[in-house]
Amino acid sequence: MKNVKIYGPGCTRCDKTEALVKEAAARLGIDVEVEKVSDARSIAMAGVISTPGLAIDGKLVHAGGLPDAARLDDWLSA
Amino acid sequence: MTTETQDLEHHKANTDWHWYIGVPVAGLTGWLIYGQLIPFSEWVTSLVPVTRDSHPGEAVAFFVYDVPKVLLLLTAIVFITGVLRSWFSPEKTRAILAGKREILGYPIAALLGVLTPFCSCSSVPLFIGFVSAGIPLGVTFSFLIAGPMVGPVGLGLLYGLVGWQVATIYLVFGFTIAMMAGWVMGRMNLERYLQDWVREMNAGPVTDLPQEHLTFVDRLKTGLDQVREIVGKVWIWVVIGISIGALIHGYVPESMMLQIMGGEAWWSVPAAVVVGVPMYTNAAGVIPIVEALLGKGAAVGTTLAFMMSVIALSLPEMIILKQVLTLRLIGIFIAVVASGILATGYLFNTIL
Repeated sequence: MKNVKIYGPGCTRCDKTEALVKEAAARLGIDVEVEKVSDARSIAMAGVISTPGLAIDGKLVHAGGLPDAARLDDWLSA
Repeated sequence: MTTETQDLEHHKANTDWHWYIGVPVAGLTGWLIYGQLIPFSEWVTSLVPVTRDSHPGEAVAFFVYDVPKVLLLLTAIVFITGVLRSWFSPEKTRAILAGKREILGYPIAALLGVLTPFCSCSSVPLFIGFVSAGIPLGVTFSFLIAGPMVGPVGLGLLYGLVGWQVATIYLVFGFTIAMMAGWVMGRMNLERYLQDWVREMNAGPVTDLPQEHLTFVDRLKTGLDQVREIVGKVWIWVVIGISIGALIHGYVPESMMLQIMGGEAWWSVPAAVVVGVPMYTNAAGVIPIVEALLGKGAAVGTTLAFMMSVIALSLPEMIILKQVLTLRLIGIFIAVVASGILATGYLFNTIL
C-alpha cells in the first residue's frame, strides 16, 4: 500500500491530480491510499511552494502543475 | 524504463512535427484574421438594424470589433507567456532571491514576479516558502505585487487596444510601484505583524525537487494548456468588460466624462482607486473599459490609477493572504500600494 499525499488548497488542478493518480494506480494494479492536504500550514511544512504538490510514501516528487502521466507511472511503480 | 513509457516516448517523437507546423500555422491564421477585424466588424454592425452613427450603433460596433480582437490577442499573449514561463518556477525563483543582497532583491523580485508562473491559489504556501527561506518580507511583497500588476496579459492588451505610449508608462510605473512598495515595507520591520504561526515557522524546510527535463514541444504544450485554462476561464470577464466598454463608448457623453474623470477634478484619482479596489476582474476584463474611458477623454493618470487598483489590489487576494498576514499588515500593504498608485495618477494628470 502506497501512501500518496496531494498538497493543494482545493483548486481544480488538485482534483485533476487526484484523478490522475487513482487512474494510474488502477491501471498499474498498485494499491494506493490518496490523501489530500489542503491546510496552508501543512502544505508549507511539507516544503511545497507551488501547488499541487505530490508526495509518495512521504517523499515529495512533484510540485506545480499537473504531473506528467509517464513520470507518474514511474513514481508509483518505483 | 517500462515498455509503456518507451511506447510513449516513441509516440511523442512521432507527433512532434504536429507542433512545429501547427503553432506557426495557427499564428499566421490568427494574424490574418486580426488584420480583417475592421471590415468584419463593420459588416456585422451593418447587419444589425441600427444606424451606424447612433448610440446603439457605436456600442455594437465597439463590441463586435473588440470581442474577437481581445480574444485573439489574449490567446497569443497567454500562449507566449506560458512557453516563456516554463523556464521559470517558484522553486528556482526562491533559490535566486534567497542568495541576493536585499537591495538587489527588490528589482529582481519584481522582474521574477512577472516571469514566474504561480496561481493566486498557491500564494499562501509560496509566501511562507519565501519568508522561511530567509527572503526579506519586503522583497517577497515586491514579488507578489509585480506578478498581477505588470502581468503580460494587461500589458499586451494595453499595447494592442490603447497604444504603446500608455503601455510603456504602465510598465515603467507598475515596476516602480512594485519595487518601491516592497522597499518601503522592508524598512518598516513588519515581521511582527505576520500571523503567529508563520513567524514560528521561520526554520521551515526547503525541499529541492529533481529537475524535470522539458523538451521544446513540452513547453509548447504548456503554452497550449495555459491557453485552455486561462482563456477558458476569463473569456466571460472579457465579454463583460467589453460590454461595459461598449456602453461607455456608445452612450456616455464626452462632457460628462471630462467632468468625472478629467484631469481637472482633484478628487478623481482617489475616487478611481476607491472604485477600483473592490472591483474584481482581471486585466483582460478591465483593459476594454480603459480603452473606452481614454477614448472619451478621461485623463491618463486617473485611468491608470483605476486600472492599477483593479488589477493589483483585489479583495479576494487579500482574503487569501489573511491566513498569513494580520489585518494590520494587510492594511499597511493596501495603504503603501495605494499611495504609489495615487502618486502615479497625480503625476500623469499633471504632466500630460
